[in-house]
Amino acid sequence: MAVNPDLVGREFAPTAPYLVGREKVREFARAVFADAPEHTDLEAARALGYADLVAPPTFAIVVQELTLRQLMSEPDSGIALERTVHGEQRFRWTRPIVAGDELTARLSVASVRALGANAMVTSETEITDADGAHVVTATSVLVIGGDA
Amino acid sequence: MTELIVGDVVAERTVHLTRDSLVRYAGASGDFNPIHWSDTVAERVGLPGVLAHGMLTMGLAVATLDAWLGDPGRVLEYGVRFTRPVLVDQEAGADIHVVAKVGAVSEDEARIDLTVSSGEQTVLGKAQVRVALHPVAHA
Repeated sequence: MAVNPDLVGREFAPTAPYLVGREKVREFARAVFADAPEHTDLEAARALGYADLVAPPTFAIVVQELTLRQLMSEPDSGIALERTVHGEQRFRWTRPIVAGDELTARLSVASVRALGANAMVTSETEITDADGAHVVTATSVLVIGGDA
Repeated sequence: MTELIVGDVVAERTVHLTRDSLVRYAGASGDFNPIHWSDTVAERVGLPGVLAHGMLTMGLAVATLDAWLGDPGRVLEYGVRFTRPVLVDQEAGADIHVVAKVGAVSEDEARIDLTVSSGEQTVLGKAQVRVALHPVAHA
């Protein structure tokens, strides 16, 4: 099954709020070798003016992932996980993610393009906080291999 | 941060990845794809071996800037292309080398270009970070 071009413009429901935990921030920081103190030391984060521990930039993927699962589980998407490769990734922040944030993500599909036998799907996930203010937009380009 | 010159190296480091690192990242990120920890699965799907998560490479590359930036709020935008997978040998692991250079400077922002390589081969393409040059206000 080819990737469904009708994914572009489809409305996806916002994800249930994701509460950013302080220990999750510490765990993620350690996993990506982010050793600056504001990721693990509350005093250091507060000294920079943040309310709580600051997540490393790419922590946004954890919340974005919830929307990529939505995309994969669309019954008519034509996107087969085992033939999908992550081609590109981009984040654009208004502010860093901080422990205590309640984040909601909303997915849209910006484009579906053919690339030889493959398809390239560009997804955009807008992540907002409990006040509805923009935090970060995460863009993924997925490359889906054609049927062998 | 006002006297940046295009071509200046602002940060550099080498991170040694082992299979433990991949399992740790799987747990922290929720990406449990077995190609990042199982030789059996990696082999079955035709890979030369277990690969690091692309997002782990992307994440550790930008974290190289932490000390230089002083405040992670200065990171405005970051994008990469995943051009080559990082093979992580069960015994030897893999080294990832990151060099961060000034690519462009304007009045308020700089573009930092990351060269990210493993075993002499570049693994991320167009790895660029847009950073604010001045302190940012926090709510």
